[in-house]
Amino acid sequence: MTANRPPLHVLRFPALILLFGLLFLSRLFASGQDHTVLVQAKDSVFEQSAKPEGHAEKPFNAGEMIMEHVVDNHEWHVAEIGSLHLTIPLPIILLYDGKLYTFCSSRFHNEAHSYQGFKLEEKGPHKGKIVREGENSAAGGPAVYDFSITKIVLAILISTFLLILIFVSVAGAYRRNKDKAPSGIQSMVEPLIIFIRDDIAKSSIGEKKYEKFMPFLLTVFFFIFFNNLFGLIPFFPGGANVTGNIAVTLVMALFTFVITTVNGNKHYWVDIINTPGVPWWLKLPIPLMPIVEIIGIITKPFVLMIRLFANITAGHIIVLGFVSLIFIFGAISAALGIGVSVVSVAFMIFMNLLELLVAFIQAYVFTLLSALYFGLATIEPEHH
Amino acid sequence: MELITPGLGLVFWMTLAFLFLVFVLGKFAWKPILQMLKERETSIHDALNAANQAREEMKQLKFSNEQLLQEAKNERDAMLNEARKVRDRLLEEARIKASEEASRIVESAKASINNEKMAAMTELKNQIAENSLTIAKFILKRELSDPQKQEEYVQELLKEVKFN
Repeated sequence: MTANRPPLHVLRFPALILLFGLLFLSRLFASGQDHTVLVQAKDSVFEQSAKPEGHAEKPFNAGEMIMEHVVDNHEWHVAEIGSLHLTIPLPIILLYDGKLYTFCSSRFHNEAHSYQGFKLEEKGPHKGKIVREGENSAAGGPAVYDFSITKIVLAILISTFLLILIFVSVAGAYRRNKDKAPSGIQSMVEPLIIFIRDDIAKSSIGEKKYEKFMPFLLTVFFFIFFNNLFGLIPFFPGGANVTGNIAVTLVMALFTFVITTVNGNKHYWVDIINTPGVPWWLKLPIPLMPIVEIIGIITKPFVLMIRLFANITAGHIIVLGFVSLIFIFGAISAALGIGVSVVSVAFMIFMNLLELLVAFIQAYVFTLLSALYFGLATIEPEHH
Repeated sequence: MELITPGLGLVFWMTLAFLFLVFVLGKFAWKPILQMLKERETSIHDALNAANQAREEMKQLKFSNEQLLQEAKNERDAMLNEARKVRDRLLEEARIKASEEASRIVESAKASINNEKMAAMTELKNQIAENSLTIAKFILKRELSDPQKQEEYVQELLKEVKFN
């Protein structure tokens, strides 16, 4: 797993260490039960849902369960009551060899996990990915581009819809209650909006230029905050690890990067090429400082991406870890499981409360740092 | 799907959804909300400013009122002083005038009394002279009827003249 080669910034983020520590732990759990896992390796959640009557007694695998919940999926597993699997099938959209294939993810519920020549990998390095059947993915051939509406895409769409619903109605409330005290949901979001405007945008970017960046900053803050909170709800439509998905944080960090780069003024670029206050021999003949600065441009959004992803995913993994403890000990003896569940639930409640705090802090940090980068890019040189 | 490998489809949908979200919220939520917040803040700011200004004006007004009052008092005092001075001067003048008049009246009274006295005395002299003449006439009338007595009288007169 690439987790063994963590990025340079790992030491700066205790949460990330925690994440990888937990990943390691979860792998230990898995390897502890290796003999059973190997025997049962061909059984998986997907196969289970296809023919649940066959394997009622599958040993619990904490690592697998946690990863199952944290990463994206082609269907939305809502609940499992006895042998009944409540799963929401999601549309599969594939682009292969210039042709578009669309079908329902429930088509994969068969022995071979394949449909129309596409196969949903169940194990190996490409677990959960859709590949062309009969082709060795390493040997080339046209790639399968997967544009499916996955669990996280659906969660993004739901949160987009809800955010628009909430804030357009809040805007309506402002129009209705003109020159009056805010009421209802309006009074709940107003302090946040003012906080972002005054304490993040104005203080980081400056009174003159902050207005241009407000739509992005507000959107990014509420998107992260809302999805962080929504991810803590264990039931549909919550529970999807949206802000703990690297693709989601990547896109937001890219937005920050693009906006910073596009808005960078002359002063910003001059400071990068010819950093002031640095001895000349760091710039000539080997342009050491410019290289460091250019790397800095890339690492800033990279750090944004990793921090949010790691914090939220770590939180989810810890909570799921406590859930897993109950089942691991429950498998040894029922009484032990009940005993551990008391402790686990207490810790889970504590973690969930902590995650509420983290949900806000991470949204705040992402927005603040984006604003700081915008501020750096648009700052006017001081006139002495 | 890998934990730390971003999926292509997810990046695509996220970009689309996020762009849509920024656009829609920017146009229909953030713009009106921020504008309304700004308007409200401006109106509160203006109201506070107006109140401050009013308070300042009140203070100014009070101050100028007091000043006005003080000025009026001063003026009243000055006027009173002036009036008192004028009164004193007038009184003084009047007293001087009165005493002058009085002395003048006394003078003229004295003069007129003198005149009157003189006139009276003159009249009295004339009266006396007239009376004397009348008496003398009567005496002469009676004396001269008797020649002896006439002689006697002439003698007497002559004696008197001699002695004078």
